[in-house]
Amino acid sequence: MIDYIIGPFQYSFMQRALIVSVLVGFLLPMVGAYIITRGRAFMTDALAHSLVVPVAVAFLLGLTTYLIAVPGGVAIALLMGYLGRHTGISDDTSIGVVFAGMFALGLIILSVSADITPGRVPPIEDLLLGQILSVTRMDVIVSLILTVGVAVGIYLFHRHLVFTTFDPVGARVVGFKTSVVEYLLLALLALVIVIGLSAAGIVLVMAMLVIPSASAYLLARRFTGMILIGAAIGVVSAVTGLYLSYHADWPSGPAMALVATVIFGAATLHKRTFPVRSDE
Amino acid sequence: MDNEQGITVTDLVVKRDGYRALYNVNFHIGPGNLVGVVGPNGAGKSTMFDAVAGILPITRGQVELHGIKGKKGGLAYVPQRDNINLRFPATVYDVVMMGRYCHLGLFQRIGRKDREIVKTCLDRVGLWDRRDALIEENSGGQRQRVFIARALAQEASIIMLDEAFSGVDVGAQEGIIEVLQTLRDEGKVVMLATHDLTNLAERFDQIICINRHICAYGPPKEAFTPEVLEELYGSHGLVLAHTHADGETHIETHMPND
Repeated sequence: MIDYIIGPFQYSFMQRALIVSVLVGFLLPMVGAYIITRGRAFMTDALAHSLVVPVAVAFLLGLTTYLIAVPGGVAIALLMGYLGRHTGISDDTSIGVVFAGMFALGLIILSVSADITPGRVPPIEDLLLGQILSVTRMDVIVSLILTVGVAVGIYLFHRHLVFTTFDPVGARVVGFKTSVVEYLLLALLALVIVIGLSAAGIVLVMAMLVIPSASAYLLARRFTGMILIGAAIGVVSAVTGLYLSYHADWPSGPAMALVATVIFGAATLHKRTFPVRSDE
Repeated sequence: MDNEQGITVTDLVVKRDGYRALYNVNFHIGPGNLVGVVGPNGAGKSTMFDAVAGILPITRGQVELHGIKGKKGGLAYVPQRDNINLRFPATVYDVVMMGRYCHLGLFQRIGRKDREIVKTCLDRVGLWDRRDALIEENSGGQRQRVFIARALAQEASIIMLDEAFSGVDVGAQEGIIEVLQTLRDEGKVVMLATHDLTNLAERFDQIICINRHICAYGPPKEAFTPEVLEELYGSHGLVLAHTHADGETHIETHMPND
């Protein structure tokens, strides 16, 4: 049993995978708490799918993924925010348009790049489903740097995010720039999605952001509790997913998402027995 | 108390989607006034509040908020129920603490002074015992008092309440008015928009009757004449009684939506 738990970490690839899993499990639900209380879960999915474009461009040019994915992801997030605010079409429609268009463009670029560079096969399956066992030293270093960036952002702007989420009009009256705060949140979202890609993949990175924070919403009464419980559930889901990925050879994204969903089911049952909100 | 406090609105025009939502709006409210803003649906009450609060572009004219220029949190807004995100898990205490946010710098954390202020403000509205209740677990009247406490925590000298009485029963309305009257006595400017035309004279020092422009402004008994009522509500507003038995004007109104 001990060997089952500790054994895998004699390999350096598993040590790297563990670090990234913990970061992903901790960070995504933290940002997820702000996202789901704003009712923007779908935004996460759209943004993740749109990231195929910068990732594909990086592959085509033979560059490190992050070099393009970080600025590209932030740019796409801001574009989505801008379209939602300025085109007059509804938020979910503009998100739907960018989502589909970008995902299509990304897959085409990947397909074309396979023709241009015959020796290299684009890692489409890993990209879509995540491959935590193959994270590199570079992945670990970049994830750590981005984590610090996101943590500083949340520390500094937590109050702005809280006020504008709860009472956008009141926040504007006291001088908070709600649009700037919204863009900032989108940028943070893009960064955590980039961190989450290697572990959870494009298709399921949303799961790691939304499901642990949704479970935490059912279990916690206050927002700070929701953030902390969400992070704890996220870490448990990610690390358990990592084990399943190693021992059962499952793709890591689905493994982590499945664990998170099981925990969500348990949280739902718990809430039915011990409701945290009187009107539910 | 700062004697310079108050609101002066001059020749205010606000256009929305090409039409004049507000025009010809002029008034001055000095410190220590509790002002009711009445008018039918779509009369521009919320538009006027937004313009005064500085969150809606003004087409013409100006709004001067004396004594609070450059002062953080000088004006507080008690939101309509629909403008609050009730999905957000916040307790009564958390909401009142938000009143302190505008006084904290980016690198500052909530301190003992902030917690003491929040306690004092919750005591003033009689809700300290409900500090751990979620905002959604409160009645309409309690919720209004929570937001009044937030305005106090914000140290605002002007407090604006939009549709403060919607979903609030009459008993709770009186509780809110009592709290607002004590704030008025401390020199604050309190503006409250309402559909409810009952007890205007007992509740407010001044009333502003608005139907896209100011129809009347002054003490309730002077401002709220049958002519003004007609201008506000047309023939839909029915004046039931208008007696001079004790030398004063009494107006009872019957509104179709009441």
